[in-house]
Amino acid sequence: MRLEPIANPSLARRLTFPALAIVATIVIASLLAMIAGGNPMAVLGQILIGAFGSKFALLETLNRATPLIFTGLAIAVAFRAKLWNIGAEAQLYAGAVVVAVLGTGALQMPAPILLTVMALAAMMAGAFLLLVPALLKTRLGVDEVVTTLLFNFIFLLFVSYLLEGPLKDPMGMGWPKSARLIPEARLPRIVDGLRLHWGFALALIAAVIVWVIDAKTTLGFEMRAVGQNVEAARFAGIPVTKVILKTALLSGGLAALAGFSEVAGLKGSLTLDLSPGFGYTGIVVAMLALLHPLGVIVAALFVAAIFVGADSMSRAIGVPSYLADIMLATALLCMVLAILLTKFRVRRD
Amino acid sequence: MELFEILTSAAFWAAAIRIASPLIFATMGELICERAGVLNLGIEGIMVAGAFAGWIAVWAGLPLWGGVSVAFMVGVGLGGIHSILSVPFGLSQHVVGIGLTLLATSATFYTYRVMLPEVSTPPKIDAFQPLHIPVLSEIPFFGPALFQQTALTYLAFILVGVVSFTLYRTPLGLAVRAAGESPAAVAAQGLSVTAIRMGAVMVGSGCMAVGGAFLTMSAFDSFFFDMVNGRGWICIALVVFGAWRPGKALFGAILFAAFDALQIRLQQTGIGAVVPYQVFLMMPYILSIIALIVMSRRAAVPAALMVPFNKGER
Repeated sequence: MRLEPIANPSLARRLTFPALAIVATIVIASLLAMIAGGNPMAVLGQILIGAFGSKFALLETLNRATPLIFTGLAIAVAFRAKLWNIGAEAQLYAGAVVVAVLGTGALQMPAPILLTVMALAAMMAGAFLLLVPALLKTRLGVDEVVTTLLFNFIFLLFVSYLLEGPLKDPMGMGWPKSARLIPEARLPRIVDGLRLHWGFALALIAAVIVWVIDAKTTLGFEMRAVGQNVEAARFAGIPVTKVILKTALLSGGLAALAGFSEVAGLKGSLTLDLSPGFGYTGIVVAMLALLHPLGVIVAALFVAAIFVGADSMSRAIGVPSYLADIMLATALLCMVLAILLTKFRVRRD
Repeated sequence: MELFEILTSAAFWAAAIRIASPLIFATMGELICERAGVLNLGIEGIMVAGAFAGWIAVWAGLPLWGGVSVAFMVGVGLGGIHSILSVPFGLSQHVVGIGLTLLATSATFYTYRVMLPEVSTPPKIDAFQPLHIPVLSEIPFFGPALFQQTALTYLAFILVGVVSFTLYRTPLGLAVRAAGESPAAVAAQGLSVTAIRMGAVMVGSGCMAVGGAFLTMSAFDSFFFDMVNGRGWICIALVVFGAWRPGKALFGAILFAAFDALQIRLQQTGIGAVVPYQVFLMMPYILSIIALIVMSRRAAVPAALMVPFNKGER
């Protein structure tokens, strides 16, 4: 078989294949639910109810989407420039560690200043963590996929060391967790009484800023140019190495904000289970958003809804909540294929 | 002096070979894929799936070698998914690979929960036992280190020989290597690049799954969620370290495993009392990164690695 580019794909074509990808995901999830002894309609229905069915559920979904918007943006920015950052998990923890260091009493300032300082310091930590693999890529040609992946394992062990050593909470009854943040270091709730913190608003703002950078600035243009064709970009006089390094700083900083928002907003202290893989799920979010910064918001809400809904479904019906992870991985693979098929026609030889 | 004692003990090298075995399987698998021109980042998930599949098959009543075959076939199936998306459709090998790892890992955990809903500790199986090779296992030092391993370890070493021979001494190996270096030349010979690459990815993925199965069927006798723990990513680094050659990759895997065995033993010495244990656990990952940096200047990368081939395009 052979792929033939389509000059002007019709609207029908551009809608049909992504729709088919979603249908395929739902069909596969239904089959898996049946294998586990669940009624597919009940399982899918319960996922929807669990994600959106009540005010509590909806807020839980928004809370879960918050770190995913940040990591999704981090991945989208990097992947657009073909910088394969698979290390958002480590960068997230880098941001979280900075918050746990600065926010537990080391700095005494009014809340707005302290939060700003912590956010900027967290971004710098995450940016630095991705700068190392990016430099190894640009200077020595070391593949960043493997180095960023390995950094995840190294950094998580480092966090584990911190939580059992220097950052350990003396009042923590022996649990490996950091001390609680001082009140000035906590992101306040958006509305009193509702369990949704300013991290969510910050995530939305970040998405808009990234979209502006991407669509309206020279850097955004250069990042896309590098991602589409390195040789052509170099030929056009774009400083490819600099652009890759800038992309790395931006991407690492965004991922670190996920850690900032989780610790300062939701949890109030650092533990080793802060992130159930938000860094990796960010890849799915970014791909489902077709790497578009504003699309990331929608994709993160969708992904968060599936996770939150599956947790609730698992409690109610007993089908394992790993169904959510399978659905997302399936959706990812089906969607990349669907996007390809909107642009290419399959011809037999 | 503790270091000298450790390095000269047969038990240490026996442990190193044991630790190397799953890495050898998976590294050979990845090497086959990459020589054909496909980067397979599904390796981590395929190893998880293989570890589970082999173990659960034996738990369900199959003989040990039946379990190994099941693991291999599961690997081939997952490799099939990867190869359809990455070869004829030419989708980004990074995205497909990461997606496959997510899919294989979550599908494995799901199946585990469905099959064993109420267990807190996973059941054990009668795993492969050490097989003393007559005569050879009696040799001082080398006998206990090399020839008192399980059958799967011997299979790992045989696999290196088979991969090496096939790649460099057979027409099939030539076709695989050419598919990774110059696919247009392969097509000009009237061979199908698509078929060669898909076959390589499926067979390679099967080897990765057997590497995973080694963990549950030989190194241990049970399945745990975080069992593979980044070994797949390490194997990708080992392929680079081995300059895409089976023999060198074997050497890299053993060297790497020796360092791993060393850090386990150093934890129990005076150094372990001073240095936090996390530093020791970091060593394999740090070593992998160092290996990548050291080898970065060598230009042994298959020329068409990660380059999709679409016939008729020039």
